Amino acid sequence: MWDLVLEDRRINSLRLVAPMWNGRIRGIHRLGGAVAPEGNQKKKRTILQFLTNYFYDVEALRDYLLQREMYKVHEKNRFRDKEWIRPDKYGHFSQEFWNFCEVPVEAVDASDCDINYEGLDNLLRLKELQSLSLQRCSHVDDWCLSRLYPLADSLQELSLAGCPRVSERGLACLHHLQNLRRLDISDLPAVSNPGLTQILVEEMLPNCEVVGVDWAEGLKSGPEEQPQDTASPVPA
Amino acid sequence: MIRRVLPHGMGRGLLTRRPGTRRGGFSLDWDGKVSEIKKKIKSILPGRSCDLLQDTSHLPPEHSDVVIVGGGVLGLSVAYWLKKLESRRGAIRVLVVERDHTYSQASTGLSVGGICQQFSLPENIQLSLFSASFLRNINEYLAVVDAPPLDLRFNPSGYLLLASEKDAAAMESNVKVQRQEGAKVSLMSPDQLRNKFPWINTEGVALASYGMEDEGWFDPWCLLQGLRRKVQSLGVLFCQGEVTRFVSSSQRMLTTDDKAVVLKRIHEVHVKMDRSLEYQPVECAIVINAAGAWSAQIAALAGIGEGPPGTLQGTKLPVEPRKRYVYVWHCPQGPGLETPLVADTSGAYFRREGLGSNYLGGRSPTEQEEPDPANLEVDHDFFQDKVWPHLALRVPAFETLKVQSAWAGYYDYNTFDQNGVVGPHPLVVNMYFATGFSGHGLQQAPGVGRAVAEMVLKGRFQTIDLSPFLFTRFYLGEKIQENNII
Repeated sequence: MWDLVLEDRRINSLRLVAPMWNGRIRGIHRLGGAVAPEGNQKKKRTILQFLTNYFYDVEALRDYLLQREMYKVHEKNRFRDKEWIRPDKYGHFSQEFWNFCEVPVEAVDASDCDINYEGLDNLLRLKELQSLSLQRCSHVDDWCLSRLYPLADSLQELSLAGCPRVSERGLACLHHLQNLRRLDISDLPAVSNPGLTQILVEEMLPNCEVVGVDWAEGLKSGPEEQPQDTASPVPA
Repeated sequence: MIRRVLPHGMGRGLLTRRPGTRRGGFSLDWDGKVSEIKKKIKSILPGRSCDLLQDTSHLPPEHSDVVIVGGGVLGLSVAYWLKKLESRRGAIRVLVVERDHTYSQASTGLSVGGICQQFSLPENIQLSLFSASFLRNINEYLAVVDAPPLDLRFNPSGYLLLASEKDAAAMESNVKVQRQEGAKVSLMSPDQLRNKFPWINTEGVALASYGMEDEGWFDPWCLLQGLRRKVQSLGVLFCQGEVTRFVSSSQRMLTTDDKAVVLKRIHEVHVKMDRSLEYQPVECAIVINAAGAWSAQIAALAGIGEGPPGTLQGTKLPVEPRKRYVYVWHCPQGPGLETPLVADTSGAYFRREGLGSNYLGGRSPTEQEEPDPANLEVDHDFFQDKVWPHLALRVPAFETLKVQSAWAGYYDYNTFDQNGVVGPHPLVVNMYFATGFSGHGLQQAPGVGRAVAEMVLKGRFQTIDLSPFLFTRFYLGEKIQENNII
């Protein structure tokens, strides 16, 4: 799903929507596996999207709920014309989108998109892009990351969480993005040593907050830290 | 011996239809099977030696349309493209003859594995660009059913070439050519260099060129195994053996100026088995010389270079093995994750290896310092005296380092102009060359393989025109010098 945002944007808008969905639509998410809570919500969204692609009523329900949430969000945060532009039920953008031709695009959320090396051509033309989210894009690999350097002047936030083909070799080319302030490299299965990679990436981008991997992840707990649950009293 | 008594049609019929064959690429090789059955029947008849128990499965086949001498990355690339570009499935029978299946001395496996587009010749740049797109889509090119996808472990970190005052102008014009061909290279001044890579000492550096995309290094073994696997699935036969003899026939012809010229055509390749005197004569139509550092021996077997010096017959293939060392060292405070492959003004180069502060690199020796290529022993003093001082000057952090290991490999060094030899020989009409790339064969292998396959199948270069790389330039004296050899 392509979501564009024009003019001044808030990252919060996306995060506000997800937890609300969690409250409304239960029963679909029975996911096991040791994933961080953030990741859990992302996986739930995937199941929902999968269902959405297959059942019109689920899609209609989701869009209806989305409209309601957006309305609430509007009320709360008082955006002035600052909403994410999303496609409607049939994947078409509304006509008003064309009025915004001249307005520079600031943030692109391409999560779960099938964007690939050639497709990045379109993104690289956006000279004022500040935030790019490529979460869980299955075709984004190290070669694609080496193409991101034209966005170096404007890009401040990049998220690569959950991309199965990105490894530490691709992360090495992110050092061109000197204006990056926030980088999310959580949940990258192809990275061989996440803790060490986090440290090296932090050294490479000193002004950037690198999120996603706890440096202590690779450390094993010592024998004296084994849980003694049976002995401890249950707190009231 | 048995071959002679068989009817003539069985032996020579590469293009004739034999009884029992069907159109459409039946992959069971009926021709071979029928001839084997006839051989067995004839050996049962009285008066002949009983050869039923002789097992020839370790020998290469008796006929093959194309014999590729050398099973490294260039040979396999030619085999792959021959099979990809053939007009119908099973049209061309290809045999790859490799002397050493462990590839212990082959240049491919011992290579540092870099790929870059920063050359001065447009053809070299185009070859590298094509190879980069080949490697990027390697799992579409080399996909084999039910086999896992290849992980090339490509590091897209780029190449950083440093130039001193006197080379700066040449570097600028090179970068202009590179940009024209479509390579993404940026020029940096010493200040920008210090800004981007604070660990560099820019003393003596006037200009630097940095490849931004499609440059880096990868695992050459993975490419080799991937090509091998794909090529075997396409029906190419492999044989472990050494080529010891070419049986050829000559024909005297007159040129348009009424000058006599002797054209040779190779009919048979004698492949000798390992550690034995047994050999198999393989009848073939085309021979491809992809023997790397030993290409000159193969060319000499075909009679290339036998003649008065200064004539076309007397022009030898000027490729010889040159030994190059690669050292691996550990430096805990060394350059970080963003380090490209840095090639210094002195010719020393280094790159990171892995996540753990290990680096590898080396330096090409000058003509006087050339080591003896008889073996692959490593000279550690060479690092102490000739490599380390330059590294420590360029990167002060390298003043404290510890060498972990080292190895040596051969360059198939073209002493004429350090660029590859591609295409047919003018006199030995069915020998094609794909060798002599002097250290950048691995990164140009996909493109060169395709060019040679086009030459063999269509008679001319179609996608990338490599006519400046033909053999005739050695006779005509037209050097195409490549300035950026690491």
